[in-house]
Amino acid sequence: MAVPTVESPRSGRVSPGYSRSRSSRGNFEMGAWLFMRLSGVVLVVMIFVHLWTSMVAGDGISQVDFGFVAGKWASPVWQIWDLVMLWLAMLHGTNGVRTIINDYAEKNSTRMWLKGVLYTATVVIILLGTLVIFTFDPCPVIDGVAHVASYCPTA
Amino acid sequence: MPKTPAGTLYRGREGQWSWVAHRITGVVIFFFLLVHVLDTSLVRVSPEAYDAVIAAYKNPIMGLGELGLIGAIVFHAFNGLRVIAVDFWKKGPRYHRQMLWGVVGLWALTMLAFSIRHLSVVFGGH
Repeated sequence: MAVPTVESPRSGRVSPGYSRSRSSRGNFEMGAWLFMRLSGVVLVVMIFVHLWTSMVAGDGISQVDFGFVAGKWASPVWQIWDLVMLWLAMLHGTNGVRTIINDYAEKNSTRMWLKGVLYTATVVIILLGTLVIFTFDPCPVIDGVAHVASYCPTA
Repeated sequence: MPKTPAGTLYRGREGQWSWVAHRITGVVIFFFLLVHVLDTSLVRVSPEAYDAVIAAYKNPIMGLGELGLIGAIVFHAFNGLRVIAVDFWKKGPRYHRQMLWGVVGLWALTMLAFSIRHLSVVFGGH
């Protein structure tokens, strides 16, 4: 007669009825944990380069003005650079603050409200930033007055 | 019954304090990021609006604030790499303390170099 065997808890073959966690939430939190580490490595590189170009190289922070931004975004490389940095940094930061809210807000309703505000801010900032990068005009005409700069075509 | 038992402070030493510093620097950076996307968005309003607001970043008091911000970013970056090493490197947990002193040392060196560069721009014109 065969002796019934019980699988080891780590085998992944435990019958669902005996599983300690509902798998969907477990997978989300694991994904979030992994995302923090993967995005973190990428962000270290991207942000250090970002800080180098705007605050160390050239004339440091004194060089930053509209023309500086126009010069950077004239290149698709910097557009994509800033776009990826925006999305990764916002998602990384949002997940970090989400963790902090979960840790310190004790009431369900408080947690819900704080996270509602957080996610709203995240969506607004990501959409705004993305829109600005792709609709940027280095030589805008405002109320019929054209912006004057060395890189703008003269009418 | 009080929520927190009186007289107990979890003294996790380097591990706990680096965790606290990681949280605080993370929150500081996140709030700056929100403001930074908003100020950069002014390039879509007008060149004058952007230049006026960015001029505020160039005054000496803001210059010192930027030093604090960069200090937070550099610590969060180096300590984040340390956290990854603790999680993924087999000997990471054993050397987490030594790695924290590595983080602090590298942070101090980076900040020394950056302070010289940034403060000479903010206070010296270049």
